[in-house]
Amino acid sequence: MQPNVVSLVSIGRHPQSGRARRAEQDGRGVELGLKLAGEKLSVLHVGNPEEPVLRQYVGMGLPAMTVLKQDETADAVPALSDYLQQEKIDIVLTGVRSESGESSGMVPYLLAEKLGWPVVARVADIVSIKDGVAEVLLALPRGQRRSVTVKLPFIASVDNAAAPARQSAFGPGQRARMESVNTHGEVDQIRVNWQEAPAKPRPKRLKTVKAKTAADRFKAATAKPQGGSGKVMKNESAAEKAKAIFDLLIEENVIR
Amino acid sequence: MSDIIRRDPRREWIARNRLHPLHDSVANAVQGEVRGPSGLLRKNPHQVGSIGPNGLKRIDRLKGNAVAGVGNKRSAANQETVLPLHKVDNPDFYIVVVPDMIGGRLSGHDKDILGLAHTMTSTIEGTGAVVAVCFGESKEAHYDLAGVDRLIHLSASEYEGFAPEARLTALTHIEAQLAPKHWLFPDSIHGGSDLGSRLAARLGERPATQAWQVSSEKTVCRGAGGSLDITRQTPRILMLLEECGEAIDETRHEALAIEVDGISVSEPALQDKGLMDVDPSAIPLAEAEFILSAGNGIHNWDQFHKAATILGATEGASRVAVDDGFMPRFRQVGATGTWVTARVYLAVGISGAIQHMQGIGQCDKVVAINTDAGCDMVKRAALSVIGDSEEILAELMLLAQARKKGSQEEQSDAA
Ligand SMILES: Cc1cc2nc3c(=O)[nH]c(=O)nc-3n(C[C@H](O)[C@H](O)[C@H](O)COP(=O)(O)OP(=O)(O)OC[C@H]3O[C@@H](n4cnc5c(N)ncnc54)[C@H](O)[C@@H]3O)c2cc1C
Repeated sequence: MQPNVVSLVSIGRHPQSGRARRAEQDGRGVELGLKLAGEKLSVLHVGNPEEPVLRQYVGMGLPAMTVLKQDETADAVPALSDYLQQEKIDIVLTGVRSESGESSGMVPYLLAEKLGWPVVARVADIVSIKDGVAEVLLALPRGQRRSVTVKLPFIASVDNAAAPARQSAFGPGQRARMESVNTHGEVDQIRVNWQEAPAKPRPKRLKTVKAKTAADRFKAATAKPQGGSGKVMKNESAAEKAKAIFDLLIEENVIR
Repeated sequence: MSDIIRRDPRREWIARNRLHPLHDSVANAVQGEVRGPSGLLRKNPHQVGSIGPNGLKRIDRLKGNAVAGVGNKRSAANQETVLPLHKVDNPDFYIVVVPDMIGGRLSGHDKDILGLAHTMTSTIEGTGAVVAVCFGESKEAHYDLAGVDRLIHLSASEYEGFAPEARLTALTHIEAQLAPKHWLFPDSIHGGSDLGSRLAARLGERPATQAWQVSSEKTVCRGAGGSLDITRQTPRILMLLEECGEAIDETRHEALAIEVDGISVSEPALQDKGLMDVDPSAIPLAEAEFILSAGNGIHNWDQFHKAATILGATEGASRVAVDDGFMPRFRQVGATGTWVTARVYLAVGISGAIQHMQGIGQCDKVVAINTDAGCDMVKRAALSVIGDSEEILAELMLLAQARKKGSQEEQSDAA
C-alpha cells in the first residue's frame, strides 16, 4: 500500500542574489515524497497560485499541485490544518525552516499540535513503512543518524542531510495543473507590529581579558600551554596505559 | 585647623640627611602618606623593599603577580580565588533555561544563555532566579560558576537520549509549577530548537527564534533565512543564537535543586531505536566527534588504519604524515589543513607544533600518545601516555575488540 504523502512547499530565497527560488529543504521534502509515493505525491502551497517558482516544484515530475489561495499577510497554519483535516493523509513533509518570512520553523509543530499528530524533526530519510509504522532516520549533528519509529500519520521536517532535490524540468513544470482552492485567512495581527530591516552583520565577539594588572594582561597575551594540567602516565605497563585511554573514551561516550 | 599642613623643618632635615644619627628613627616613624609642601603625595624610595640576606636591597616590583616559579609553585596552586556568591531567596519570578548539555556538560552556547538570563533578570523589576532544566545524565561539575540559581535535574531513564515528548511533558509540568517569566532555549541542532518549538506550540505562545539581541523589552531576531532582522517585543519563549550574551564569570551561584514531582510520562509516539552506525571515514573531518590523528611517530600505518576502524574514529593526520604521503591531504589537521571541533582528539605521535595546535583549538579532550614526555602535545592533553605508539595502539585494539565481543554476547544472551 502506498502511503498518502503531502509535501508542503514555500517560496525560497537565494542567499546571495535574494531571488525567489525553489527552497532547498522543501525541494528535498518533495524528493523524499516522490521516493515514498511516486506520482501520487500531493504538493501543497499556501499563497499566490500565480507564483512562477511553484512551477519548479511540479517540474520535478508531478502532474499537478494544489495551492490554497491566500493573501501574503495571512497566517498559513489555519488554512493548512483545515485542508489537511479533510484529506486522508499519512505523512506530511515540510522543511525545517522557510527561507522567507519569519523563518521560525514553527509550521510543523503548530500543525502537529492542531491535528494531534506526532512531529519528527530533522529527518534525513524515511526508510520503510510497514503496518502503519514508519522507520525514520533523523539527522544529528556531526554526521550522526538516529533511527526512530513512529506510527502514521505524522509530520516530518526534512533536514538538509536528506537526498538533494532532483533537477526540475521546465516544460512539464509549465504544463502542470495548478489547482487553486480559495481560503480566507486572517491577517497575522502580531506580526503587524514588528519592524523588519535587512540583517546587520553580527559583531564578532572579542576575546577580552579581564585582568586587573598589567602583568596579568601580559601573561594572558603571551602564555604558552601550561604543563601539569593533564594526567601523564609514564611508568605503567602498556596495557594499563591503553586501559586509561579506553576508559576516557568510554566516559566521553565516543565508543559504543 | 587640621587642614593646615604643619611642617617641622628640623625633622625634614633629619629625614633628608641619611648620615644623621636620628635618621633611622625619623624615617621609620613616617608611616602612611607623606605630603610634600604643595600637598602632592610623596613616596620615599629609600623605604621600598627590604634588605636581603646578603645585605643587598631587594625590591619586589611584581606586587604578588610573580610567575609561579620552582619555589612558590605550591602556594600558587592553592591560590584559588573564591568568587562572591550571588544569593536569591524567595524569588519573585523565574527565568528558565533549558540547556543542550552536549555530552552531559554545559556548552559555551548554554553558558552564554545563562549569562543572558541574568542580564534579563537584572533589568526586570523584583528579584528573579535563573533555573536550569537538565535532562539525563549530567557530568557538569560547575553549575554554580555558570550562573545557575536553581537546578531542576531530571535524570530518570525516560528522559535519557532521544525523548522529546517525555521532556516536553516535564516542561509543561514545570510551567505549571513555576510559571516562569521567560523560557530560554538554545536555537541549536542539538535538540534545543526542537524542544523549544514543541513547548511553544503546546503552550500556544509565539516564540522568537534565532534571536541574537535580547533585552527584557525588545528582541532582535533573524528571519527570512538570515537576511532579515526582525525587531519585536520580547515574547515568553525565546530560542537564542550563539553568542547572544556574555557568560557569567565573576559570581558564584547557589544551584539549589528544585523538585518537580507528579510528572507522568505517557508512552511516546516516537520510539528511539538508537544511533545508527555511520562510516566514520565518511564524516567530514571538521564535524567529526572523535578523531584518531597520526603524526611522524606512527611507523606501522596498517595498524593505525585498523585501529581507527575498530575504535570507530575518523582519521586525521599532521602535516608531516601528509607530506610523507601516508595520508591524503584532506585528512590534515592544522593551520593549513582542517580546523577540527572533535570532542575527543587522540593524537598519536604528534609533537604539537603550533600550526597543528591551532587546528585543534576547539577540541574538548585531547589525549596524547608520545614517546617524548616534554613535547607540547603532552602539555595540552588531558591525558598523556608516554610510550611507543605501536604497543599502545595494539593494546587499545585488544580492549575495543573485547568490549565488542562482550556486548555481542550480551545481545545474544538477551535474544
Ligand atoms: C607554514 C606552515 C604551515 C603548517 N601547517 C601545518 C598544519 O596545518 N598541520 C600540521 O600538522 N602541521 C603543519 N605544519 C608543520 C608543523 O610545523 C610541524 O612540522 C608538524 O606538525 C609536525 O608534525 P608531527 O608532530 O607529526 O611530527 P614531529 O614533530 O616529528 O613529531 C613526532 C612526534 O612523535 C613522537 N614519536 C616518535 N616515535 C614515536 C613512537 N614510536 N611512538 C609514539 N610517539 C613517537 C615524537 O616524540 C614526536 O613528539 C606547518 C608548518 C609550516 C611552516
